[in-house]
Amino acid sequence: MRRALAPYFLILPGGLWLLLFFAVPMITMLSLSLQQGDVVSGYVFTFHWQTYVDAIANYRTQLVRSLVYGAVATLVLIVLAFPVAYWIAFYGGRRKPTYLFLLLLPFFVSFVLRTISWRQILTDEGMLLGPLKQIHLLPSAFHILGTPFAVICGLVYNFLPFMVLPIYVALERIDPRIVEAARDLYANPGTAFRKVVFPLALPGVFAGVLMTFVPVSADYVNSAVLGSSSTTMIGQVIQAQYLVNSDYPTASALSFVLMAVLLIGVFAYARALGTEDVMKVAAR
Amino acid sequence: MPNNIDPALFRGMTQRRLGRRDALRMGGVSAFAMALAACGVEGTGEPATSAAPDAVAKFWAGKASTKHVDFANWPLYMDPKQPELKKFTAETGITVKYQEVIQEMAPWFAKVQPQLKAGQSIGYDLMVITNGIQFKQFKDSGFLAPLDHAKLPNFAANAAAKYKNEAFDPGNQYSVPWTSGITGIAYDPAKVTRPITKLADLWDPAFKGKVGMFSDTQELGNFGMMVLGINPEKSTPDDWQKAAAKLKEQKSAGVLRNYYDQSYIDALGKGEVWITQAWSGDVFQKNASEGSNFKFVIPQEGGTLWTDNFTIPVTATSPVDAQTLIDFFYRVDIAASLAEYIQYVCPVPAAQAQIKVDAAKLSGDDKTSMEAVADSPLVFPVAGDYANLHYYREFTTVAEQQAYQKVFEPIVLG
Repeated sequence: MRRALAPYFLILPGGLWLLLFFAVPMITMLSLSLQQGDVVSGYVFTFHWQTYVDAIANYRTQLVRSLVYGAVATLVLIVLAFPVAYWIAFYGGRRKPTYLFLLLLPFFVSFVLRTISWRQILTDEGMLLGPLKQIHLLPSAFHILGTPFAVICGLVYNFLPFMVLPIYVALERIDPRIVEAARDLYANPGTAFRKVVFPLALPGVFAGVLMTFVPVSADYVNSAVLGSSSTTMIGQVIQAQYLVNSDYPTASALSFVLMAVLLIGVFAYARALGTEDVMKVAAR
Repeated sequence: MPNNIDPALFRGMTQRRLGRRDALRMGGVSAFAMALAACGVEGTGEPATSAAPDAVAKFWAGKASTKHVDFANWPLYMDPKQPELKKFTAETGITVKYQEVIQEMAPWFAKVQPQLKAGQSIGYDLMVITNGIQFKQFKDSGFLAPLDHAKLPNFAANAAAKYKNEAFDPGNQYSVPWTSGITGIAYDPAKVTRPITKLADLWDPAFKGKVGMFSDTQELGNFGMMVLGINPEKSTPDDWQKAAAKLKEQKSAGVLRNYYDQSYIDALGKGEVWITQAWSGDVFQKNASEGSNFKFVIPQEGGTLWTDNFTIPVTATSPVDAQTLIDFFYRVDIAASLAEYIQYVCPVPAAQAQIKVDAAKLSGDDKTSMEAVADSPLVFPVAGDYANLHYYREFTTVAEQQAYQKVFEPIVLG
């Protein structure tokens, strides 16, 4: 009897945690999204689905923009992170831990602060653009801040380790003898990489995409600090609806829409590429 | 449907019958719905148009001095050396913690609203808030303490008549002015080589990517309307749509750089914007403290006139001292000293003579600049100067105000 109950007791702390800090807020938010009213006279629950319709109609641009920024940033991340991870995994030698530590070092400073530093560096007449404008290499109205370029750069910068680490883990697990075997079977280095190393690293890439695409698409700091009103991302809209306009229903509805879109995207992606390999990587 | 069959029978035969499981399931659904409904957000109070006659006595009963005031204000609203507050502490023994925490009205309301609703202190005994949508929200929610005018003798004696009967708070029940100001245009003459005279200059493609506007929906909407020749105070929902279209045009053409809160002044300082919507006194303070040479103009179409007001949140822990501090700022010498530095519209007319007296004691450039303050129409406007200024639209119903916000919020949010 006791043995039969043991698993349930084991799941109890985690289950309670989830219930309290995930289920309850979610239900509250779902409820909020269906309420009507204003902040002074209060919000009343009315099954007001129209909020969803209006929210999507008003903020579709920002939603699509966020997904596009998320996708672009994720692709750039893969391109940047793969060589770094590859180099550390295969050429890092006994300094591997040092390199990994260096990769994580910026994380010892709050990422908001680091993003604000970038703002100082990239500002219109700052240390980077100021001198170039003074010697007339750039027109005086040229700016990087406030453009999608600046926002995507910020996103890539802030999420780089989340892409490098999973790819590194996948590459690190590759038995060097497999690569040797490929060479013995007359594969040149390029073919060995293409047919052996890269496919084995794919689960890492997959995990990296999951760990970056979702938070990048929902990010609201980079666009707020480095962007302008023409780069507004959906996270900023949600934040502003809660913390500026006190429009809780719209904010909640948008949160659910974003969550649904991301979940569908992630499931479709997992379905297409398979989750088993990812599970294997995660289990290691 | 064949008409010889009883509709009830037909329905009974064709509809899916509810089993026990369905009933349970539906019970679950309705319980869930009830749980959803239970999460409703309570209102913050009935819209109160005027305080009950005994509200003042009721609020102030049992309130005592704690010898300390926490004061929330906007940046660029006091000399950083805080000479007025130092004098106040020296004379009364009441210490003041002055914090520049308010950058824009909507986020400030959203930030303190939950605490005020729960009846908790927001950490401030005194806050300076602008007339407008959020002022009304603060007032209607019952978040503002009714002022005891028996304890505000300096205000009664020295405030200009205009400030004793403001439309947004008749009879100064909940607020007395900190200062008034004018929203106009600021620009950097080093980058903008021609003189700026009109609102349309904010739409000029010559300044592509270098124009700043306010993110506050009222400030933004007002300029959108005024550039089209609409008086915002008397505007209709149709006018809002026209203004919104005009503002979207500014953005889609890439003329606009960004929408700003108080941070617009830093953006101007850093060269991020060359020309921007601005509040009258900020530019002078920026020039005085950083030696910059920015210009402020009231455009031909007019600027807007607003008032920032002292208010005491109902949950203040030291309302008595807060009220003492309010009255202290209505002493002529203190009002003069503040206006000399911040160069916003001074609510105490007698301060003008005082500033001239102060100027006479100085010499050289200091003397000229202080005399200029005393004669500035931006600090002591004469009746004619108001002719060209517009006022905020007062919203009579919540629905109207929400409709307004729904027009302009999506523009700010890109």
